[in-house]
Amino acid sequence: MAHDFRDFEHLLRLVAIFVVGFALFIVVRAMLVPDDFGVYGHFRAGALDDNRQRPLAHAGAAACSDCHDDVVNSRAGGGHEKVRCEACHGPLAAHADDPSAQAPELPNPGTVCLKCHLPAMAKPATFPQVDPTEHADNEPCDTCHLPHSPRLEEG
Amino acid sequence: MVTDRREFLIGGGRVLLIASAAASGALKYVLAGAAEQAPGYVLDDHWWAMTIDIDRCIGCGNCVRACKAENDVPREPFFFRTWVERYHLPEGDVDRPVVDSPDGGFDGFKELYRPGDGSKNFYVPKLCNHCAHSPCVQVCPVGATFDSPDGVVLVDKTYCLGCRYCVQACPYGCRFIDPRTRTVDKCTFCYHRITKGLTTACCEVCPTDARVLGDLKNPSDRIHAFLREHTIHVLKPQMATGAKVYYADLDGSVR
Ligand code: HEC
Ligand code: HEC
Ligand code: HEC
Ligand code: HEC
Repeated sequence: MAHDFRDFEHLLRLVAIFVVGFALFIVVRAMLVPDDFGVYGHFRAGALDDNRQRPLAHAGAAACSDCHDDVVNSRAGGGHEKVRCEACHGPLAAHADDPSAQAPELPNPGTVCLKCHLPAMAKPATFPQVDPTEHADNEPCDTCHLPHSPRLEEG
Repeated sequence: MVTDRREFLIGGGRVLLIASAAASGALKYVLAGAAEQAPGYVLDDHWWAMTIDIDRCIGCGNCVRACKAENDVPREPFFFRTWVERYHLPEGDVDRPVVDSPDGGFDGFKELYRPGDGSKNFYVPKLCNHCAHSPCVQVCPVGATFDSPDGVVLVDKTYCLGCRYCVQACPYGCRFIDPRTRTVDKCTFCYHRITKGLTTACCEVCPTDARVLGDLKNPSDRIHAFLREHTIHVLKPQMATGAKVYYADLDGSVR
């Protein structure tokens, strides 16, 4: 009988150690896992906000038209109406935030056009493509075309 | 000194008591807490996707440049959140495309092929497909990459170990390890822009609207008509990733 009782005590100790271990696990886990882990799934919900924190580099065409409606008007109805400002001017969020902070470099009308209009086999055939030598004798494109409204009247 | 049984049990009991008190305190935090959302942006109201119209892409590389500027992607080649591939199918060989992507299309493409050689040529812009059942999310051991409730696959840079499982798992090759932070980096659909009502940087600068961001939960978004009116394909449909970058008129040779 005495033997049996002592064995039972061993078990009790074991159980106590397990209980303490489990409690420790819960505590340590609670300290290490952030509060917002698992709110939306197996990830930290705050990571959504982290991803939102990045500053803008491109302001978006709507921002440009707040201050440059003259340019917007001159583009209306032209071949580039749907080409948004930053497609040619590059990222200008810093300028749109504070125009005096960053004076935008103007795109070079001699080269910027060819980024899009240089002929290539892989381009859709419907896209207007011109060879600068054949088409313009290597003259800058803006001798004839206005960058903001490039369509020329017939003749 | 020998601890007798009584002392041991009393000591253990005390530890247990303190530990369980602390645990119940911690449980409060485990159960509590919703993260704050951006003002005016409701996660559940959006399900982001993108359409890419192959017949409109002119391979200008605007998207690649804009993406690197917007997201501070390392300038060197082989680090891309989006890039453009050129497919060349020689005459009579529709099955074995020659694919190139010089610096991801960052500086556009030099013409390599002769007009009239009978080949078929086109550009394929690529980016993360923001899969609804994403393999990269499934393999992440620490919950550092995840599907957001609005349908974007994002990375928690503070959690990422840099173990590269996800880089291996992505069937589309859309992930890389940022050499500066040694954590994984990938397209976020410009999460910082789309949650502010702007479109992604790549779509903003796309001159032909070959790529357009869409919100599948917005009934008046053009994406619904676009998907209806075009022949739509996703990349590697056999992998059942639930890819949400929809290609219109994509050639079967693209894999
Ligand atoms: C808050 C008003 C404001 C916004 C928004 C704004 N601009 Fe400007 N922008 C100005 C002002 C003012 C100037 C003139 C600054 C100067 O001449 O130094 C200017 C100058 C420029 C110039 C140079 C003009 C020249 O003759 O050198 C360009 C190009 C330009 N803006 C493009 C843009 C684009 C593209 C956007 C949209 C991303 C934009 N701006 C948004 C106010 C704005
Ligand atoms: C197709 C490319 C292209 C697009 C799209 C474009 N620009 Fe320009 N823009 C140019 C070029 C090239 C110049 C430089 C002209 C020059 O040097 O004579 C220029 C010049 C300017 C200037 C300074 C000179 C002027 O005409 O006032 C402003 C301001 C400007 N752009 C604003 C805008 C805004 C705002 C938009 C969008 C509404 C826009 N641009 C869209 C190519 C473009
Ligand atoms: C970012 C790409 C891009 C750049 C840079 C660009 N264009 Fe265009 N251009 C376009 C697109 C897109 C169209 C519309 C094509 C269409 O209608 O299918 C177009 C159309 C045109 C047209 C035909 C207009 C018409 O109505 O048929 C002319 C001319 C033209 N561009 C000249 C220029 C010139 C000159 C420049 C340089 C100042 C330039 N483009 C720079 C994208 C560009
Ligand atoms: C000497 C004047 C001149 C110069 C310089 C010039 N163009 Fe043109 N461009 C024209 C005329 C005229 C047309 C309309 C007639 C036509 O379609 O050929 C035209 C038409 C175009 C078209 C539309 C073609 C189409 O198929 O619809 C594009 C695109 C174009 N030009 C781009 C450019 C580019 C890019 C440059 C610079 C490399 C350039 N142009 C320089 C006179 C010029």
